[in-house]
Amino acid sequence: MNLLLLTLIVPLAGFLIALLIPRSSSGGSRMWALISSLATFVISLGLVAGFDRSLTGNQSTIDVPWIASPDIHFSIGVDGIILWLVMLSTFLTPICVLVSWNSIEQRAKEFYAFLLLLEFGLIGVFIAQDLFLFYVFWELCLVPMYFLIGIWGHGRRIYAAVKFFLYTMAGSVLMLVAIIYLYNKTQTFSYNAILEMLASGRLTFNPEEGMLLFLAFFVAFAIKVPLFPLHTWLPDAHVEAPTAGSIMLASVMLKMGTFGILHYCLPMFPSAARQSAPWIATLAIIGIVYGALVAMVQPNMKKLVAYSSVSHLGFVVLGTFSFTQMGLDGAVYQMLNHGITTGALFAIVGLLYERRHSLEIKDYGGVATLAPWLSAMFLITTLASIGLPVLNNFVGEFLVLQGTALANYTWAVWAALGVILSACYMLWMYQRVFYGETNEHMRHHMLDLKPREWAAIIPLIAMMVWMGVYSQSFLPPVGKATARVLEQTQVNVPFRVDLKPAQSGSHTEVARAH
Amino acid sequence: MQLWLIPILPFAGFLINGIFGRRFSKSMVNVFAIGSVVLAFAWVLKTILGLGDLNTPYTEHYFTWIQSGTFNVGADFTVDRLTAIMLMVVTGIGSLIHIYSIGYMAHEHGPNYGGYYRFFAYLNLFMFFMLTLVLASNYLLLFVGWEGVGLCSYLLVGFYFDKQFATNAGNKAFIVNRVGDFGFSLAMFYIVKQFGSLDFGTVFHQAAGASQSTLTLIGFLLLVGACGKSAQIPLYTWLPDAMAGPTPVSALIHAATMVTAGVYMCSRSWPIYVHAPDAMNWIAIIGVATAFFAATIGMAQNDIKKVFAYSTISQLGYMFLGVGCGAFSAGVFHLMTHAFFKALLFLGAGSVIHALSGEQDMRNMGGLRTKIPWTFATMMCAAVAIAGVPPFSGFFSKDAILVAANHHAPWMFWLGVITAGMTAFYVFRAMFMTFFGAYRGHHHPHESPAIMTVPLVILALLSLGGGFIAVPTFLGSFFPTVEAPEDFVLVAISVAAGLLGILMAYVMYVAKPGMADSVAGSLGDLYKFVYNKWYVDELYDATIVQPLVKGSRTVLWKGADVGLIDGLVNGTGWAAKQVGGLLRLLQSGNIRSYATWVLFGGVLVIVAMSVAGGIR
Repeated sequence: MNLLLLTLIVPLAGFLIALLIPRSSSGGSRMWALISSLATFVISLGLVAGFDRSLTGNQSTIDVPWIASPDIHFSIGVDGIILWLVMLSTFLTPICVLVSWNSIEQRAKEFYAFLLLLEFGLIGVFIAQDLFLFYVFWELCLVPMYFLIGIWGHGRRIYAAVKFFLYTMAGSVLMLVAIIYLYNKTQTFSYNAILEMLASGRLTFNPEEGMLLFLAFFVAFAIKVPLFPLHTWLPDAHVEAPTAGSIMLASVMLKMGTFGILHYCLPMFPSAARQSAPWIATLAIIGIVYGALVAMVQPNMKKLVAYSSVSHLGFVVLGTFSFTQMGLDGAVYQMLNHGITTGALFAIVGLLYERRHSLEIKDYGGVATLAPWLSAMFLITTLASIGLPVLNNFVGEFLVLQGTALANYTWAVWAALGVILSACYMLWMYQRVFYGETNEHMRHHMLDLKPREWAAIIPLIAMMVWMGVYSQSFLPPVGKATARVLEQTQVNVPFRVDLKPAQSGSHTEVARAH
Repeated sequence: MQLWLIPILPFAGFLINGIFGRRFSKSMVNVFAIGSVVLAFAWVLKTILGLGDLNTPYTEHYFTWIQSGTFNVGADFTVDRLTAIMLMVVTGIGSLIHIYSIGYMAHEHGPNYGGYYRFFAYLNLFMFFMLTLVLASNYLLLFVGWEGVGLCSYLLVGFYFDKQFATNAGNKAFIVNRVGDFGFSLAMFYIVKQFGSLDFGTVFHQAAGASQSTLTLIGFLLLVGACGKSAQIPLYTWLPDAMAGPTPVSALIHAATMVTAGVYMCSRSWPIYVHAPDAMNWIAIIGVATAFFAATIGMAQNDIKKVFAYSTISQLGYMFLGVGCGAFSAGVFHLMTHAFFKALLFLGAGSVIHALSGEQDMRNMGGLRTKIPWTFATMMCAAVAIAGVPPFSGFFSKDAILVAANHHAPWMFWLGVITAGMTAFYVFRAMFMTFFGAYRGHHHPHESPAIMTVPLVILALLSLGGGFIAVPTFLGSFFPTVEAPEDFVLVAISVAAGLLGILMAYVMYVAKPGMADSVAGSLGDLYKFVYNKWYVDELYDATIVQPLVKGSRTVLWKGADVGLIDGLVNGTGWAAKQVGGLLRLLQSGNIRSYATWVLFGGVLVIVAMSVAGGIR
């Protein structure tokens, strides 16, 4: 049995079975969700174990015709990037179940069912090797997330859910048009077939055509990332979403955007991507600095973390558009890091909310006195988030900034400002929430971590340390896959960019862009 | 030689006390905390003795930390002569301060959070990062230690975390250091861009052939980093506030070890700096300016720890002056002697504060020399050492720096001499205000226990005799040497300045006790200006912090984000609703009209596609 297929199918089966569990048994629903998501995780571990690190290209591939006309295939596979994104999804879903354990009381059955459906959709997005299949999964993800926010969210949940849905739909409609256009031109939805045509020169785009197609894909992905200035759906969605929704949204769903850019935009439209690099990098840098500055003044913890995501995801986009090996490696690593770290931030904020029933920073203070372990875990997460060495984000940020510096030193200078600012907003929040004196209300409610909560947090912390200290467990497959992407971006580029650190490369690029 | 044991031992202490410390008794905490550091010290001794004359660096490779394409950074440790000295200072002084802390922190048992174990866990973690910093054999691993010690500084400055001034100081320390680290990171990016590696060996080998402008830029950026960590102008403001931490922390982190990391890093990077004279010159200028500036403020402070904090900034300025003048070995020599006498001054101040149950204001002290004689006697040793009285340790190292400064630029020598006079003045002012005259407070002073006074005595001996440790000779083959001949006149001038400072302090605070106030009064606004630390904190707050926070809130968040972008989005939504209202009219229910629209739409799509050049 193909483990990849199993990884995809188990959450779907989990979802279907979850629908059969009687509504009255909310305990049964969550236990089932935990079991099936853990099973998926174990299977995906097998996927990692069986992944041959010496190979480039896709592994565990399956390609069977699905619809004859138009020619749509059920085609899936993993490379060194997809592998880890799948792992990220399977790793975080059980954690989401654990943090939702007591906080979801209403309609628990539907909640856990949607969570499993979301996992199915997310894995599908990453592993799909057929453009149409990819689009199906892409849209499929929207549905459970829409309901997770709209049903189990906080006060303004409907506004947030609709805003999230419309924003994302607006982008994906453009992408659909581009996918259909590509099909009309190539008679195939197969990602690999299209790339082969490009490589062999059988498929070429004239500059305007390539640019329009690139933009159609890019805008859809950029909304998802979200890239400044398309980010305003994110803070609302996060603030209103339940904890599990926030975790899946920030940690995995945003990666659909960055993954899409890396996996589709760059290899399929290399010249348009390279031409657009200057202004996209500019937007990414604005996002890094702007997101951090706005995060600094947020009175709400979840909004603060949401804006910090805008800042962190800016690094991913910047690294991608540096078109250097280090930049791309860093971008991928940063996707995973952000997933782990921000997931942990949202999880612990959720635990605070369960205790104090507020997301406002001013309602807290002195938590460290009352719940020292919870505070210690949040501190480690905070430090990871601000890029402290020996924790995961540092490796990613370093590679991104170093790769960017190789491509354009000025960009790196501006982006590095984000590293200073991240310390400002995170430590300031930490001080106001965890330090200081306690009050009567807090003393009664602020308990330290319970075993179930430990079980949710410890794996995240362990990953932060592991990925920060020994990146060799993760980076080599990524490096192989990104090297391939980089090679593909050389194809079909009318002005071949010299990757040696000479000045001529970037100048040509800029000249072409104008 | 198992170099990894050196940092890992304190790290194990951190883990054990950090995880289980709350259930441990204090003596159990002591066993792991002190034991691990003393063992690390023993391992350092064994390593250095085992490595012989260390003429060539000794390196151990453990694993590849980061690899991307052809670039890779390893977890590698190296010991050479410079590292050897740093290892001795860090683990030696570190052990003494750990032992002293047993006594100093003995009363620490917060009701909700066991402060005792937490303190030692952080202190051990600090040792781990500091040792990583000095053992690292590439810039990125050095940066690990560099950021890590900053973290521990943050944790220990904000140790009393229910007090807002403490956590504010912790944040300030971290964030100001981040500004410096910004420079450090950019230096690394540029180094990789130019040399393709961060390994000291590779970089320094290639530096000899690199262009001067490249090396100057790298030198400047590294200097920014060093200014943050070593509290030099303009990034020194965090250090005085950092005194909010427990006093042993001030001794270990904010005097003897962490703050010297900038000096260490610049000395380590000498192959870059020797080819970048402009950057070197700026190190010297910043150093001498900081030394002078901080000394002026130190003269006017009344909090005993603040005096020593500004003194530390000032003395770090001396080290920078030495390094900037090319006298790397003199800079490192002063780093070592300063570690002895400044650690002693801080620990002594801690002993005073301990004796007075927390009192730090020198105006409420006085006459303590008979009440706490050991503290007095040992602090006096440190005072003569820092004042540059021959033949005590500070004399030798300061002299070496000033001679080099004279060779580099005579005005720097003279400013350094004036600073030496001020240094002697403020240290003896503090000594006289604390130990002489009549006691002005309300507590019942008691001498500290032996666990505190024994480390003081050891440090006192080092402060007195440390100048005879032949550091300059030992480092003579490691660094390029400066051709600055010993000049008896120069030595006499700087010694005279020190003695004059002591004399003035004696006159103003012992012989004629009322004189200090009248001098301060006659200086008027100038005194107030200096007393308020030249209003630099206020300046930074008004020009950087407030605009950034207010601008982010009103312009970026409320203005751009919520107002403009979301306004547009919601506006689009509103418009769509209106259009939808119009389109509703199309929904006539008439099949034929639907068919027309479908046809019309189809034609439109085809036209659009052919215009875009699509359909073939």
